Amino acid sequence: MNGPQDLGGQMGFGPVAPEKDEPCFHAEWERRALGVTLCAGAMGAWTIDESRHARESLHPADYYGSSYYEIWIKALEALLKRHGFVSDRDLAAGKAVDPAAMPKRVLKAENVPEVLAKGGPCDRAIATPARFKAGDLVRTKNFHPTGHTRLPRYARGKQGVVEAVRDGFVFPDTNAHGQGENPQWVYTVVFDGAEIWGEGADPTLTVSIDAWESYLEPA
Amino acid sequence: MSHDHDHDHDNELDPFAARVRALETILTQKGLIDPAAIDVIVDTYETKIGPRNGAKVVAKAWLDLDFAAWLKRDATAAIGSLGYTGRQGEHMQAVFNTADTHNLVVCTLCSCYPWSVLGLPPVWYKAPPYRSRAVIDPRGVLEEFGLTLPATTKIRVWDSTAELRYLVVPMRPKGTDGWSEEKLADLVTRDAMIGTGLARGPA
Repeated sequence: MNGPQDLGGQMGFGPVAPEKDEPCFHAEWERRALGVTLCAGAMGAWTIDESRHARESLHPADYYGSSYYEIWIKALEALLKRHGFVSDRDLAAGKAVDPAAMPKRVLKAENVPEVLAKGGPCDRAIATPARFKAGDLVRTKNFHPTGHTRLPRYARGKQGVVEAVRDGFVFPDTNAHGQGENPQWVYTVVFDGAEIWGEGADPTLTVSIDAWESYLEPA
Repeated sequence: MSHDHDHDHDNELDPFAARVRALETILTQKGLIDPAAIDVIVDTYETKIGPRNGAKVVAKAWLDLDFAAWLKRDATAAIGSLGYTGRQGEHMQAVFNTADTHNLVVCTLCSCYPWSVLGLPPVWYKAPPYRSRAVIDPRGVLEEFGLTLPATTKIRVWDSTAELRYLVVPMRPKGTDGWSEEKLADLVTRDAMIGTGLARGPA
């Protein structure tokens, strides 16, 4: 979706503000926000793609007015409600009022090291050969899906070169909506700065994205 | 946009802190989460997994050409051989700075970052100024980090739009011949491995 998350090339946000000796967290609630988000995700009711889509589905004013952990928590509340774990009455009361759906699993403290060390690989074997090879000229599609996609607006309808064929990966555009993993080949595609930004582009710039096969057409 | 909650303490009056506490309470009361698991997660990223991991990878690559070649070919396996695996590091790529080309990593669409080697991303990495400008004005962004590259240096920006996670391998500073891996690792900053900095020179 052409949502607030799609920031590449947007203007007006001001300078980057790196913080010297930045702490890992800026408040105790941020620690809990990280942990609650990971523990809730570990219930297995939604995918990482669905959680990304929940975050980018915040109203743009809300998204831009929120810190990143605030975005996480607001999206987490939406996911928990959607999947029947938390109700508006629970949230209004600040305690459990309504019964919850049954989770696939509950992450216990003793299992955390193993679960974090394992992660959640999303590469998948693909039976069909890759359509493109390194060196191929390709053009990204020009589309504007209302659902989740990982092709940023700045890189749509642009000509680039396949630099590397990666692996098969779960396709976020369907997986985010419970429509299956439908894995596709992923390619690193590199664009000249001028192809993307046109007049005035930095002549020394190239930008790459990692693109699922269906985002690409032969150029 | 910088962080809204930049006070260095937390208290019951902060509405967002109360909101997170309520959510944790509800989920705990329903048996859906284990609050002790949250403690372990936080401790892991606050004390165990951080840019020191990535610095060891880079220092080893500087000293060991076979390891560097492995890192280039199969970063996930090479990094995994040092014990760094797992969440948000499942599919790693290492990109090497050269005399001609400087690499810079961003996630314009969210906050994708190689947790297994760098830990949790800093606030600026997740915020709109960096995400919006890294792809269109990388030199301007680098200036804000105090890094001015020669006008002839090529800049390659890697937008982490899929599940590959990128680690920049900065160039080894001059004047470090004969240094141990441990001493070299001290020169490798987090920003150098994102591309918003270079490795420190010998003091």
